[in-house]
Amino acid sequence: MSIKNIPLKLTAKSLRSDQTVRWCPGCGDYAILSQVQRVMPKLGLPKEDFVVISGIGCSSRFPYYMDTYGIHSIHGRAPTLATGLAISNPDLSVWVITGDGDALSIGGNHFIHTIRRNIDLNIILFNNRVYGLTKGQYSPTSRQGHRSKSSPMGSIEQPINPIALALAANATFIARTLDSHTKHMGGVFEEAAKHKGTSLVEVYQKCIIFNANEWGDLQDSHKRDDHIIYLEDGQPMVFGKNMDKGIRMNAQYELEVVELGDEFTEADLLVHNVKSKALALMLSSMEWPNFPAALGVIHSREAQTYTEGLELQIADAQARKGVGNLQSLYADADTWEI
Amino acid sequence: MSDKYIVKELDSVVIRFAGDSGDGMQLTGTQFTNTTAVFGNDISTMPDFPSEIRAPAGTLAGVSGFQVNIGSTDILTPGDEPLVLVAMNPAALKASIKDLQSGGIIIANTDAFTASNLKKAEYESNPLTDHSLDGYELHGIPLTTMNREALKDIKGLSGKDKDRCQNFFALGMTFWLFDRELDTSTEWLQVKFAKKPILAEANIKAMQTGYFFGETTEAFRHRYRVRKATLESGTYRKITGNEATAIGLVTAAEKMGKTLFYGTYPITPATDILHNLAKLRHFGVRTYQAEDEIAAMGSVVGAAFGGAFAVTGTSGPGIALKSEAMNLGLMLELPMVIVDVQRGGPSTGLPTKVEQSDLLQVMYGRNGDSPMPIIAPTTPSDCFNAAIEAARMAIRATTPVIILSDGFLGNSSEPWLLPDPDSIPPIPVTHATEPNGEDGTFLPYKRDENGARPWAVPGTKGLEHRLGGLDKSPETGNVSYVPEDHAQMTAERLGKIAKLVDIIPDQEVYGEEDGDLLVISWGGTYGAVRSAVRDEIEKGRSVSHAHIRYLNPFPANLEEVMNKYKKIMVSELNNGQLAFILRGTYGIEVESYGKVEGQPFKISEIAEHIEEALK
Repeated sequence: MSIKNIPLKLTAKSLRSDQTVRWCPGCGDYAILSQVQRVMPKLGLPKEDFVVISGIGCSSRFPYYMDTYGIHSIHGRAPTLATGLAISNPDLSVWVITGDGDALSIGGNHFIHTIRRNIDLNIILFNNRVYGLTKGQYSPTSRQGHRSKSSPMGSIEQPINPIALALAANATFIARTLDSHTKHMGGVFEEAAKHKGTSLVEVYQKCIIFNANEWGDLQDSHKRDDHIIYLEDGQPMVFGKNMDKGIRMNAQYELEVVELGDEFTEADLLVHNVKSKALALMLSSMEWPNFPAALGVIHSREAQTYTEGLELQIADAQARKGVGNLQSLYADADTWEI
Repeated sequence: MSDKYIVKELDSVVIRFAGDSGDGMQLTGTQFTNTTAVFGNDISTMPDFPSEIRAPAGTLAGVSGFQVNIGSTDILTPGDEPLVLVAMNPAALKASIKDLQSGGIIIANTDAFTASNLKKAEYESNPLTDHSLDGYELHGIPLTTMNREALKDIKGLSGKDKDRCQNFFALGMTFWLFDRELDTSTEWLQVKFAKKPILAEANIKAMQTGYFFGETTEAFRHRYRVRKATLESGTYRKITGNEATAIGLVTAAEKMGKTLFYGTYPITPATDILHNLAKLRHFGVRTYQAEDEIAAMGSVVGAAFGGAFAVTGTSGPGIALKSEAMNLGLMLELPMVIVDVQRGGPSTGLPTKVEQSDLLQVMYGRNGDSPMPIIAPTTPSDCFNAAIEAARMAIRATTPVIILSDGFLGNSSEPWLLPDPDSIPPIPVTHATEPNGEDGTFLPYKRDENGARPWAVPGTKGLEHRLGGLDKSPETGNVSYVPEDHAQMTAERLGKIAKLVDIIPDQEVYGEEDGDLLVISWGGTYGAVRSAVRDEIEKGRSVSHAHIRYLNPFPANLEEVMNKYKKIMVSELNNGQLAFILRGTYGIEVESYGKVEGQPFKISEIAEHIEEALK
């Protein structure tokens, strides 16, 4: 990133636009907006280098509330616009704001291909497991049996796991956080923004109107620590309010929750390794309430970004052929004189 | 020259090479064309290939053809009826014979006329021997056998490899027939197979043997000569429409001082634009092969927001998928170019065949009032000019602009007089750098005198702003549901496109400025229609031709031009789409002559309809 005249005080407040925020009272989106505004000033970039691009859905109103460059685009396509922008303008910090319907249903194809290409941008996936803007239909992440206006007898469909999907697309950074846990969320956003390449952050987000109980005890600050494992690279997977539980792999290569004590000690537990794709896949399958929700950086590795690869090709071609010249381009065929 | 044959001088001649899609007919045709272009003939070519990559060998579905019209006069089309047909197998003969002029010359590879191949081509008896071709000058030549014989001393090549040289044997014969040198193709083979000189050697030997066969055999009664054309002096090359589009886009980017971003998804017949641009990394060209048509269009909108010269290329089915994102580009009011290389439709339609049936789609096929400028190039090389003009319009009105090319233009070729890049005027681009509102605010939809809005690129300090697909308040661009705001913004979007008429040249007419009949056409049918009108004028008919290059907005004087004729006939490769727009726009009577057979117009077809219309 180029160093420009960085204003002395890029603050969360200076990132707020003059538009009134119009989400439902109690919606998890407010907290996410506020954390993005808190994290951006920590990244050492001037305001004009941030671009926020969204699709369609409740969360996609997001760019209007940010005093940065932004586009409120069309349903599911935000990653495609962000890709074109990032390829042609690699110095920008590009953020894609999307929801479970936007990213995984109508935009599923763009979601995987953007990740696969490792375009340098941050995808914040607001997962509330329901369609909010269209008033409450089940979404591609809704649990089987989820009752909604469009599934009064329960959803028949299996949900998709966005993290497993991103792993299949060879994601280079995957993290998960929770809207009500603002401190954790801010830390994860910062790590995601610093990662070079596509960063995916799944935010467990509460839709207070249509799916208020989806996250149950995770949303209760007194109870949540018994249902969350905060992942730390290199650390054994201990969790619980009293740090008395852990995750181990059993003889069937399946994860299981164990109580620490006589039978199991920390030595029996899995140690988190952000570079392991296999481990990331297992962690992604842990679903509250049978397992603790895995929050934090699930997977992270370094890899060339798409734009780096492209710029290398341009530099290589120019080194071999010289910078393109129109006259010789026109004549690059069998020519004849008349 | 010997006296075994008579030399015939011709103004122009049409030749078709036809064979199995694995026979290398496109290559043979291209080689013949290159040599004759370098010699100095005017040319126009048209490939005709199946959409199957390799249909079963020997079947009608697998026939691949390449037609070239060469002349000493102004050649505008690949020609109606070939004089010479080179048929490598029965299927190729069957697929092409209906087009051959009566008394035309057939060179057929007799070795391929086996019982099995005849059956595959659905022949009940062998046409080479059953007298069904008595009206033609038939030369049955055992090409395969003779080629094998010619190459028998070449060591280190399999029989199969040797057989694959037989198209060059046929090419050599054709070179003899038209009195052409072998130099250009010889050099091409040497370069092409520099790393496998044995393949160069074999093909050159095959070509030479074919040539000498023409010389020594007494089979051919005639040899043909087509003198050099009197073209404007300068350096020429052969160019297809898709090549010209690619080169034009690169030129436009340079003239704007921008990098070219080309986001696309492969689709016939537009893909060659991508292939051509992908080779141009040294121009800083950023080609991007998206996951689908929608993503391609989205990437173009994003790149345009980022200040690139953003372009996509596709065909009708791709336009269908891109429409929503095209409309977003229109709503964000960012400059970008969309190339539609039309093919036969609807649905998957006829991917490799030509049709002009996307006009209504690009004009009206989006939700809401969605005006986009449309330019239709007229010849392969005109695609170069269209690309530059489209860029100019896109900048002037901060809008997506459509180039409506077609499969015929895209794949056909003609000689192109190389322009001097310095003679092409720059395309000035202004990016907003300062606030334009009171108190240092930025008004992203505050328009200039042409109706364009400021193009402020992310990274520009103090101009942070949000765009979106929702409709807006004038000037501020803030989301608005106020009825008057929507009406005003709709009118402004329409107005700036209509105002492009200021930079569009007046409609020219070929022929008299008034009279009995005005033939109107657009796009790739230019050559056929112009040739037919030229012939009819020579016959003394009161007919003129207006070829419309700007389909939205129309040239300012178009109505005036049309009013000077008693009758108007619109000839287009669809069922009357431009006719429909003209009727709706001007409330005038027009007669429609459409053709939807996946094939270009023949000059004779247009001529017949002119005669009919004049009755």
